[in-house]
Amino acid sequence: METIEQIQTDNRKVALEKMRAELEGKRGQQYWRTLEEVMQTPEFEAWFEDEFPNRKEIFEIDRRSLLKFAGAGLALAGLTGCRGVFLPEDKLVPYVKAPEEYVSGKPLFYASAVTLAGYATGVLVEQYEGRPIKLEGNPDHPASGGALDSISQAEILNFYDPDRSQNVMTGGDISTWESFYKEASQKIAQGGVAVLVGALTSPTAARLLARLQAKGAKLYSHEPAGRGNVTKAVAAVTGKAGVPVYDFSKAKVVISLDSDFLSRSDNPGALVYARQFAKARRVTGNKGEMSRLYAFEAAPGTVGAMADHRYPVKPSEVYAAGCALANALGIAEPSGAAPANVAADLGAIAADLQKNRSASIVVAGEHQPAEVHQLAFQINQFLGNVGQTVKFVESPEFTSGFGSLQDLVADIKGAKVKTLLISNTNPVYASAADLKFGELLGAATSVVKIHHGLYFDETAEVCDWHIPMTHSLEAWGDSRSFEGTTSIVQPLIAPLYEGRSEIEVFSGLLGEPKGGYDLVRETLTAKGFGGGSFEKAWREAIHNGTIPNTASATLAMAGGAAPLPAPTKSAGMEVGFAPDHTVFDGRYANNGWLQETPKPLSKLVWDNVVYMSPSDAEANKIAVDDVVTVKTSAGEVEGTVFILPGHAKGSVTIHLGYGRTAGGTLATLSGVDGGGFSAYKLMSAKNTSYAPVTITPTGKTQHLSTTQGHSPLGGDRIPDHRDIIREATLEKFNNAENKREALMVGHSMDQKEIEENNLMPDEIFEWKGEQWGMTIDMNTCTGCGACITACQAENNISVVGKEQVSRGREMHWIRIDRYYSGSDDNPSVTWQPVACVHCEKAPCEPVCPVAATVHSHEGINQMVYNRCVGTRYCSNNCPYKVRRFNYLNWTDNQAQFSNKNKTISTRRIPGAINVPKDNGLQLLKMLNNPDVSVRGRGVMEKCTYCTQRINEARIEAKKAGRPIAEGDVITACQQACPSEAIVFGNIADKNSAVAKLRKDPRSYLLLEELQTRPRTSHLAKLRNPNPEIKSAMTEEAHH
Amino acid sequence: MAKVQDRKLNDLLITGDQTYTSIDSSVDRLILNQKLHGKGWNILFLIGISLTGLLGLSIFWLLYQGIGIWGNNVPSAWGFDIINFVWWIGIGHAGTLISAILLLMRQQWRNSINRFAEAMTIFAVMCAGLYPILHTGRPWNAYWLFPYPNILAMWPQFRSPLMWDVAAVSTYFSVSAVFWFVGLIPDFATLRDKSTNKYGKVIFATLAMGWRGSNQHWHRYEQMYLLLAGLSTPLVLSVHSIVSFDFAISIVPGWNVTVFPPYFVAGAVFAGFAMVMTWGIPLRKHYNLKHLITDRHIDWMCKITLATGLIVFYGYLLEIFYSWYSGNFYEFKLLMKTRFTGPYAPMYWLLIFCNGIAPQIFWFPKYRRHEGVIMFVCFLISVGMWLERFVIIPMSLTNNYLPSSDKMYYPSFWDVAMFAGTMGLFITLMMLFIRFLPVINIFEVKDLFYKMGGKKEIVEEVGANS
Repeated sequence: METIEQIQTDNRKVALEKMRAELEGKRGQQYWRTLEEVMQTPEFEAWFEDEFPNRKEIFEIDRRSLLKFAGAGLALAGLTGCRGVFLPEDKLVPYVKAPEEYVSGKPLFYASAVTLAGYATGVLVEQYEGRPIKLEGNPDHPASGGALDSISQAEILNFYDPDRSQNVMTGGDISTWESFYKEASQKIAQGGVAVLVGALTSPTAARLLARLQAKGAKLYSHEPAGRGNVTKAVAAVTGKAGVPVYDFSKAKVVISLDSDFLSRSDNPGALVYARQFAKARRVTGNKGEMSRLYAFEAAPGTVGAMADHRYPVKPSEVYAAGCALANALGIAEPSGAAPANVAADLGAIAADLQKNRSASIVVAGEHQPAEVHQLAFQINQFLGNVGQTVKFVESPEFTSGFGSLQDLVADIKGAKVKTLLISNTNPVYASAADLKFGELLGAATSVVKIHHGLYFDETAEVCDWHIPMTHSLEAWGDSRSFEGTTSIVQPLIAPLYEGRSEIEVFSGLLGEPKGGYDLVRETLTAKGFGGGSFEKAWREAIHNGTIPNTASATLAMAGGAAPLPAPTKSAGMEVGFAPDHTVFDGRYANNGWLQETPKPLSKLVWDNVVYMSPSDAEANKIAVDDVVTVKTSAGEVEGTVFILPGHAKGSVTIHLGYGRTAGGTLATLSGVDGGGFSAYKLMSAKNTSYAPVTITPTGKTQHLSTTQGHSPLGGDRIPDHRDIIREATLEKFNNAENKREALMVGHSMDQKEIEENNLMPDEIFEWKGEQWGMTIDMNTCTGCGACITACQAENNISVVGKEQVSRGREMHWIRIDRYYSGSDDNPSVTWQPVACVHCEKAPCEPVCPVAATVHSHEGINQMVYNRCVGTRYCSNNCPYKVRRFNYLNWTDNQAQFSNKNKTISTRRIPGAINVPKDNGLQLLKMLNNPDVSVRGRGVMEKCTYCTQRINEARIEAKKAGRPIAEGDVITACQQACPSEAIVFGNIADKNSAVAKLRKDPRSYLLLEELQTRPRTSHLAKLRNPNPEIKSAMTEEAHH
Repeated sequence: MAKVQDRKLNDLLITGDQTYTSIDSSVDRLILNQKLHGKGWNILFLIGISLTGLLGLSIFWLLYQGIGIWGNNVPSAWGFDIINFVWWIGIGHAGTLISAILLLMRQQWRNSINRFAEAMTIFAVMCAGLYPILHTGRPWNAYWLFPYPNILAMWPQFRSPLMWDVAAVSTYFSVSAVFWFVGLIPDFATLRDKSTNKYGKVIFATLAMGWRGSNQHWHRYEQMYLLLAGLSTPLVLSVHSIVSFDFAISIVPGWNVTVFPPYFVAGAVFAGFAMVMTWGIPLRKHYNLKHLITDRHIDWMCKITLATGLIVFYGYLLEIFYSWYSGNFYEFKLLMKTRFTGPYAPMYWLLIFCNGIAPQIFWFPKYRRHEGVIMFVCFLISVGMWLERFVIIPMSLTNNYLPSSDKMYYPSFWDVAMFAGTMGLFITLMMLFIRFLPVINIFEVKDLFYKMGGKKEIVEEVGANS
């Protein structure tokens, strides 16, 4: 055998020549370490294969060299301590000494903000040992008030998403920030720089982008579900780009022109609006007042579900309906004929508005065209609402003046763009089909395209560079709320990956890369923030989460707006587009919580569909689950039909956000796993609100998953007037002698009989301590689903996927039941949130053979996971069916954190054959709430009344030597609820809010006749129809 | 052995020209002459053992994945698992009824069918017993259902009917097994004596436990057997009553019914006799046992089937009646919307046909002797009894107090696989039983033969009254 030395001498020369030839042919970024590696010489291979290469040298090392190396090693190790000298320093230092007041195992809360389409919602981030685990609303923030919507809460899951982009990428390879900046600075020097961003409110970003613009960069903005139409309309009436801000608490009459102001996906102020709206409609005691809501809308939304009068109108007819209403009020122009189903009632509506001048609101849907908004503003002005219930403020978005995507398309075509940075927007997926932006970008080979985003998405695929973005929980920043107040975005943890925030990238492109911390502080310093005591003001602002006195300036309505066009009539079928209630414009498509949060009305999960009215479906012989071809002038797609009662005839609605082709495991699901189809393929840039459409059945079907109804057994209707739902009109309730009877629709229960059957005293608890109870107000519940996500985040509830939901195994501890009443053309909707009602005489308890579910002395029906063997008898015997069973090991197999094994169809042979993603389970562990057990397979689970929070409060109270005070325990669902429909507390304390509400005339126990004695009471729903308008509801009230 | 050719035999219970030796050999040749078992046995055994393999696979996959591989959901947290459990338990009931109750009632015609009916009981309870353990979410913890001493001082929850179930089924299995084994001892001794094969001799000698047929042995044996029969008799009634409590105790509409205990017991006997006939008829035909399991036996079994069938049918009618008469809305809704109409209605109507209509054919003596008709009706009854549990379990569960929870139940591949697997296990055990153990109680038949041959009055009593 030849020795290594021999091979070396023999081959070195030949190999060197070969290597040089080889390197000559290499192109692009191929890395090599040593010449020997490229040569692939035998000695290199021998060295490579050798277990301890250079071992000879190691043994030959002398004492002096050893000491030299050791010394150098020590010195170099010491250098890592020089952060701030030449290593970047952020104010995120892990504590060597524990911070003051910090107790290991206790959470800390930090104020920060999350943004959706630019608009900030203030949050408090719960953090355990440096890990953020939950987002809660910041009570001091003007856009939250302590509540938080599903989308914002689910940001925490996005943060821990293993599919997030982790590296700088170019040409399919991992690269570095240094090489990116090097290339970028060269390109920028050549001019022709274009920056495309989403809607932005960040003052720091505004400052940096202005500097980029000054250097010659052209700025564009694209927000697929943005507020462009609103700002345009405000600009038309005030002369300045602005947005309207409403005060629903003062409004006695509200007219919604296809607005969904109670849903965060439609309106950035939704949380506050829902709270105000609830305040105006909350009735306590025997008599009360409520505001009245009229809704004109195409697809039933949360507003339509809350409406006292709802009129289904096609998206294009909303304007006509508004015009007709204006005419009825006495505004002459523009004159329009109302749709047939609206016309008869317009007089009464107008009279109602006239009666409530300065105390009414007309609000237009965000996705409706600008003229609808402008019309609404004019009606508001006519009614004297402006300045009272409606005000206009300067738009917090500074991007509304930027070029549009169309402008960018024109500039790319005109070869004016040499370098393009697309930051935090995904136009290749989320833009009107007729712009053909993806094709254009792919074909523009002379342009250097850079994509900056959280995910390696559709846009990243056609770009030359992809640079990862930080999540708002891991980088400094600032952003503004819907009424302008600036919040500081505070990181809770060092970046998990190599991401950099938007402002950091902008400053990098300016050639002076800085950390977000410095950038945000510079912005504030430049504005003279703090008036001399900057540090103090800065600390205060970080602590409170807002910067005081930063709300936008009010704009006055100026005359001379261009006259509005007359409404046009569209005869044919049309399609309306709206952002999805959970996945929004598609940016949350890779978020399991949001995918599995049921859409409010349809209770659909994991899919978008073609919503169609029952009569259209009947006329076209289309059934639920049928796949149809939807065709507009811009393009065509195949989608599955879902027949939605109350949808406007002559139109279909398709939600944005599905049909993604890149950007994570969940985003790219298809077919039986969910994933839907892309509505953008039907959208034309001219009108992104609606379009004429033709619908043809394909003969195919696609199964959809819902959590309620949509099964041969029905489930939407309460048969034969059972008193599961109790409701009445306000008038009937106020005037009734016997309130309980007035609220019963069915009269199927004899209250006397129930009371006689009850052999127990009123209060059966023997323990003299706290007795926990809850009330859920069905009158103010908007069905938004914030409680579902809050519960999921608090209690480590698994996501199970579309297939398992269709098997009836969703795991949510709280669900919002939706019941229809009235005809399917325009039914009334009643929401009924149901979680475990903690029966005092719980049927689940005596049937468990191992005593795994037992009652606590404080009245909580407890679930002992460790003791549960999983006979599931408790679930069978639960009349409320609120128990959820871990049929499979879902915790470790959630699609978000693991990859499905594609070779075995789990539809045929059910089971979870998943492979964890890299770091998937570690990330999941970081996300989980350490106070709540993670359940394994084969164990029953259900609502615990947030027992961990009760225990926390009990410990604190014991330490202080006092009883648990009212407000010490707030359950997760209660905390998140924007309309404060959920109240929790000690019912043994007769002065507590919950004890009082339990005695409210509207309070009732669900399935009282079973004598299970629930601790959760529901408060009956009230409706406030206009007595002048004939409807099913008013008839009911009078009969 | 004296020839009794000249004596007038009652041809209804033992037919043909029999001697004690011929009775002996007509049963023990199944064991002593292994060549007797031909192609039919091989095919059935192969089917049985393959399906048992499927059972093993299903159990493996179940333990590996969790019960999510089944179709169970919320609201229908029980599905095939409990349906099959109750079905198998029911099948077993005929054996105990025949061996214990009929013994106490001195119905000697039971002597030629009790052995394989008891074997069926034990095998069916084995199949049934798999389900309560495997259907739990964490089967490795299923032993927590037993009241065993532990340092946690943690007892099971005695108020739960599942707890009673554990006690009832385990008692039932152990008593049935002991009863069966005790009954086998004299026959083991016969086989020991007749075996020419060395292994057979050793094995049967061991199993015979030193049985010599002395007076003392017989005396003690009879005492013991009678006591065990006394012990088993309440079990026949209690086991299925307690199984029915799993449902009757709950507040689920369709379950919370006081008629369940008697109706379940009658249903079990009904299903059990159907299964005894399903096995007995091919058995006596294939192995030439028609002289011991005569048409008279079959006829009587058909009559019992008819009687219990009528009780079961009465139960169905009663369910309809009280759901209306009670004024309980949920019961009435269940009846009208889930049983009479709705997506599962065909299952209910098929049940009424199988269990209510089909057995009425046994009113006609002609069909009580027509093997084809009997076999077909027995098959329908087995299907019907399975459907009955389907109607009770998932159909009641999918129908909820809060309509929002209504959801369909669909079984998965593994539900069916496991059910087929337990059938395979049953077939396998039965085939092994036929080949290696005496399928008919030899000494009791000889006893009957003696009594009928020796004492005229008893012959007349047994024969003429029938």
